[in-house]
Amino acid sequence: MEAKLQRILENYQQTEGNIISILQDIEETFGYLPEEAINWFSKRLDIPPAKFFGVATFYAQFHLKPRGKNIITACCGTACHVKGSERLINSLIKELKIPAGEDTSEDREFTVERVNCVGACSIAPVVIINKEVHGKMTPDKLMKEIKKLK
Amino acid sequence: MKKEINIKVCMGTGGLAAGGKEVMETFEEVLKREGIQASVEKHCSVHKVGCRGFCARDVLVDVIIDGEKTTYQYIKPDMVERIVQEHIVQGSPVDDWTVKDDYHTFHSKQVKVVLADCGEVDPEDIDSYISRGGYEALKKVFSQMSPEKVINTIEASGLRGRGGAGFPTGFKWDFARKAQAEQKYIICNADEGDPGAFMDRSIIEGNPHSVIEGMIIGAYAIGASRGYVYIRAEYPLAVERLKLALSQARQRGFLGEDILGSGFGFDIKIKLGAGAFVCGEETALIASIEGKRGMPRPKPPFPAQKGLWGKPTVINNVETLANVPYIIRNGAEWFARYGTEKSKGTKVFALTGKVNNTGLIEVPMGISLREIIYDIGGGIEGGRKLKAVQTGGPSGGCIPAEYIDIPVDYESLAKMGSIVGSGGMVVMDETDCMVNIAKYFLEFTQAESCGKCVPCRIGTKRLLEILTRITDGRGRPGDIELLIELSEDVKAGSLCGLGQTAPNPVLSTIKYFREEYEAHIHDKRCPAGVCKNLLTYTILEEFCKGCTMCARVCPAGAIVGERKQPHRIVQEICIKCGACFETCKFKAIKKG
Repeated sequence: MEAKLQRILENYQQTEGNIISILQDIEETFGYLPEEAINWFSKRLDIPPAKFFGVATFYAQFHLKPRGKNIITACCGTACHVKGSERLINSLIKELKIPAGEDTSEDREFTVERVNCVGACSIAPVVIINKEVHGKMTPDKLMKEIKKLK
Repeated sequence: MKKEINIKVCMGTGGLAAGGKEVMETFEEVLKREGIQASVEKHCSVHKVGCRGFCARDVLVDVIIDGEKTTYQYIKPDMVERIVQEHIVQGSPVDDWTVKDDYHTFHSKQVKVVLADCGEVDPEDIDSYISRGGYEALKKVFSQMSPEKVINTIEASGLRGRGGAGFPTGFKWDFARKAQAEQKYIICNADEGDPGAFMDRSIIEGNPHSVIEGMIIGAYAIGASRGYVYIRAEYPLAVERLKLALSQARQRGFLGEDILGSGFGFDIKIKLGAGAFVCGEETALIASIEGKRGMPRPKPPFPAQKGLWGKPTVINNVETLANVPYIIRNGAEWFARYGTEKSKGTKVFALTGKVNNTGLIEVPMGISLREIIYDIGGGIEGGRKLKAVQTGGPSGGCIPAEYIDIPVDYESLAKMGSIVGSGGMVVMDETDCMVNIAKYFLEFTQAESCGKCVPCRIGTKRLLEILTRITDGRGRPGDIELLIELSEDVKAGSLCGLGQTAPNPVLSTIKYFREEYEAHIHDKRCPAGVCKNLLTYTILEEFCKGCTMCARVCPAGAIVGERKQPHRIVQEICIKCGACFETCKFKAIKKG
């Protein structure tokens, strides 16, 4: 971990980064923001951890808890909403047994997330499975894709 | 005779999702195998192009033989072989798969300025942009125009900010030009946060150099030496193409020190947004670039006086900047020919929802909604009835079907209680519930409110609570008046545009669809059949064949009955998910 953090620190110094860019690099490296990582930077840069957490909790992109191996993002933009994105999410939560109030299955295989809009409205409803965009989704098609990952 | 053959495959986000990459690879493979790619008599090349707007028909492929273009729609990799054999080898297009008249009507009412080169140029190749006149405007600016003259030209063109508020771009530049400072900044706002909008993404994915060229011209006009593109991390493809475009522009000397020997130096950095809608607001965006929580601050001072790091800063939207090179190249009069008296030029809209032809369109300002929905959009899906058009996303409103003949421009839409906004246009039909739509937008703004000012933080929360209870069947008499009163307060008291416009969806739906609110509150009924708690599903015995399909898909086990006998839904167990309704092939399930 130390080595990875060191690399992020170097990148920060070279590119005149800021708290957001550090957090983005941590998120990219670890998939979420481990508390130790933030404390490490806090000490190195002499910035209180509260500053980091303040920024981290402000933006939707950052996660304080580890996420699943597979990330499934359902778009909840207006076009997807009127074309039934809510139904897709419900079927995902049921199929992947995501506990109520959580977004990740207990075995950490799957994380189901919502995103405001991915800007692919003309092929709504849209679901992004591990960074791949799938358009004109139906619960049936979605379940077929999920089975491939299991 | 040697033939020039060009194949263009759409590879925007829509095209890629439909399999654009596989289609392109298959073309390359088949052409190589057939030995056509660079043969003596046939020189054939395959190019990727950005979004051409009609994403609903993706993958779209152009086959251009000696300038004659044939466009294919819905192309899958396994269809490539036949196109190559019949069209490219033998010379007769595969008529079954080519686009028909409706594709041409989709395009014929459009006027393309910003999108003119989208879908034509290869977004990953700067030479492709240059060959269509790219960076000519920049050369013209450096050789013939003073910064003042650039600003005058933009002012004369009547270009107004395309991000939503419609502030005249030339004036904005002029303010920043006149501000005294050693360092100034220009920022391109690509934090396209409105749900239901993808104009900026498509422009950057399709023609990133037009935005870069516009930014350099803007920087020259105001005297900025540094620029930032603040772009959503949710747009990975756009980010990637922009990065590539920036490095190509640097190599060619369009960015960096002493651009084209003019003595003017300027460079652009990319800043990735971290997923906060409020960062579309200028002062919040600036805070975010500085690495802080993206919270807005009161204006004045305006960013043109005190912006990024306290220095004069101009923030323009992607589409606004993408217009600039074309205005400089063709002149202010050319641009001002399009549009209405106060709203000049064209506007890109993301036409989505319940229309047949969804996609990205560019129309002259002042066109009617009717022309957009019926001529370009090809009418309502499934022949259903138009109910309303939502424009401007969470800051806009719903315009009811009876007003679709109004012109689309800044003033007319504002009069209707909506806004042009960044250009989202979501078409709704009779199966959409207006109270639910208002609630949807309030869920969004409530969650995205940064929390700094009380009217927005608490006001949106209370609005959402009232809307939720109405859609849950717990609405009370007087709720409508309460919503109106609270909405007016939130509008008047909020610090930034987010709160000031958040009640628009509520106010506009109450104004035009009050009876729908009343049906929810007084009759506990959702006329559109959307609000779950106000619905019951029943099986019509006379139509039920006892096929058991519904019982099999019911997640709650609420459907009982013998095979080949009419089934029944046990209301106490039913969770109203609607799975049975969608599965039944005999229309035996009634919703209401």
